[in-house]
Amino acid sequence: MEFIDFFIDLFTDYTTRTIGIGTAILGIVSGVLGSYAVLRQQSLLGDAISHATLPGIAIAFLIIGTKSTAFFFLGAAVAGWAGTMWIRGIVQNTRIKSDSALGLVLSVFFGFGMVLLTFIQKMPNANQAGLETFLFGQAATLIHTDVILMAIIGAFSLFAVILLWKEFKILTFDPQYAATLGFNTKLLDIILIFIIVLAIVLGLQAVGVVLMSAMLLAPAAAARQWTDSLSIMILLAALFGALAGLTGTAISSAAMNLSTGPVIVLVSIAFVFISFMFAPNRGLLFREIRKQANKKEMRMNHVLENMYWIALGHENLQHPHSNAILNKTLGYSKKCMRELRDKHLIELNEDYDWNLTEKGIKRAKEVYTDNNKNEQQ
Amino acid sequence: MQTNAVEINDLTVSYRYKPVLWDIDLDIPEGVLMAIVGPNGAGKSTLIKTILGIVKPVAGSIKIYGKPYHQNRSKVAYVPQRGTVDWDFPTTVLDVVLMGTYGKLGWIKRPGKKQKEKSLAALKEVKMHDFANRQISQLSGGQQQRVFLARALVQDAQIYFMDEPLQGVDAVTEKAVINILKELKNENKTVVVVHHDLSTVPDYFDWVTFLNVRRIASGKVMTVFNDANLEKTYGSSFRTLKGYTTA
Repeated sequence: MEFIDFFIDLFTDYTTRTIGIGTAILGIVSGVLGSYAVLRQQSLLGDAISHATLPGIAIAFLIIGTKSTAFFFLGAAVAGWAGTMWIRGIVQNTRIKSDSALGLVLSVFFGFGMVLLTFIQKMPNANQAGLETFLFGQAATLIHTDVILMAIIGAFSLFAVILLWKEFKILTFDPQYAATLGFNTKLLDIILIFIIVLAIVLGLQAVGVVLMSAMLLAPAAAARQWTDSLSIMILLAALFGALAGLTGTAISSAAMNLSTGPVIVLVSIAFVFISFMFAPNRGLLFREIRKQANKKEMRMNHVLENMYWIALGHENLQHPHSNAILNKTLGYSKKCMRELRDKHLIELNEDYDWNLTEKGIKRAKEVYTDNNKNEQQ
Repeated sequence: MQTNAVEINDLTVSYRYKPVLWDIDLDIPEGVLMAIVGPNGAGKSTLIKTILGIVKPVAGSIKIYGKPYHQNRSKVAYVPQRGTVDWDFPTTVLDVVLMGTYGKLGWIKRPGKKQKEKSLAALKEVKMHDFANRQISQLSGGQQQRVFLARALVQDAQIYFMDEPLQGVDAVTEKAVINILKELKNENKTVVVVHHDLSTVPDYFDWVTFLNVRRIASGKVMTVFNDANLEKTYGSSFRTLKGYTTA
């Protein structure tokens, strides 16, 4: 199968298209809100919130007795919110650190949710089938009305982020300073967490409770690698999230009916991997290349500086140096000498001795004065 | 009759059960350049943070020009310790300085051309105008400090609180900071600085407060910066503190 064939379903097949649009919306919203979670170093909070939503879904089902996306969203949001506030309360009022509080609330809520799920499964109600898909998500269950609901919630979240752009930025960068300026940082914090809860709830049907935090963090972490601007980072995170949703949907619909949620998560993890390896400036590959280039330049500068220093002693800046002498210079190697020659910084005279060229003298002088200036300080 | 920029009465602050500041009474006259000195854990930063409403006191009152802080916010600017933020945050120098204008802008409204010009002027004052579009992750410690100072300058305040602006900075930054402190004083602004280096107190400041949980002494450097107060604040070990001199 050609690569493009994977994506044809997205345009031709109604069901696949619905799922694709749904997961793309989810990717955009979770990418944007995930950026704040990552920058506020609250990555684990997303995981706790998503696990905390499970009992909310089960209780919503117990109350209305039938499956309804809107009510499930509501139940999940209330439970996720309650879990978050509980975590905040523990951190503010006890000596328990936030990581322990997160773990505690996560397991209490998730455990309670699992108990409720097994309880529901034993009930004589034909409607209960399939509630457990919220654990790992089942994008195939997304229908047109679900996607419309997701679009409305998503649009609301994005609107809030645009409206409160300046407030969220200062809250993330320097919350104490923001408070001295008169911003109600507690309220801002609660609004931001509320929108993060909404983003997580959006993804529960397609990606599930267990994997949802990856959707929040992966696009944002990948985007951070490519840019040093908050707005570009957030746009990139949205793009990566959307692409992960679309690609994941396409792959799972075209190939062997793989479960969509986990495939979407794997695709977004692939974005993270590629970004950490290949992004300019922050990427590992780029950093390694720069390190090697620095080393090479350092070696060349050592040789130039030494030739210059010796030449100064001979009162002839183009004084020829034999290989035997230069051999003792730090950084000397045949390869290094070849590269210096290729850059026309040094040349070989008829006696096979090296001397600095005009260009080389200029460069060597710069290095020499630079280094000696440093030593004086 | 001199007006007081800040009046503090019976202020007590505690973290959990341990008192950090105990029954502080302190008046800061308008127009002084004041250093707060004291050993580590004396509550210097806490005092500033309590004045600014970041830390809530157990008891006592604080007045800024006769009113509670939240009613007189626009008169106050703050330079936090530079280590309190993540300098790897994806933004530029100019963007950080612009944050100083957010308070007067209020909610929702974005900074415009006027705020931008003001921020660039402040960057020029701290000799960082060439760095306006630089990523903040590329700055040295001293440069970070000057960016924070510029951010406070655009707040256009009457009173400036600075938490260790000279801690571990290079000579260029130290000079830039001191010049700005003197300029602020010439404009009759009040400046309160948490300071560590006792040897520079008489050169840089005209007013000093000794603090060690309690208020030890406060007044003109000429009259209160002496061995007796230093010993009361730091214990007998103060003589070993490098290069101290008293007025």
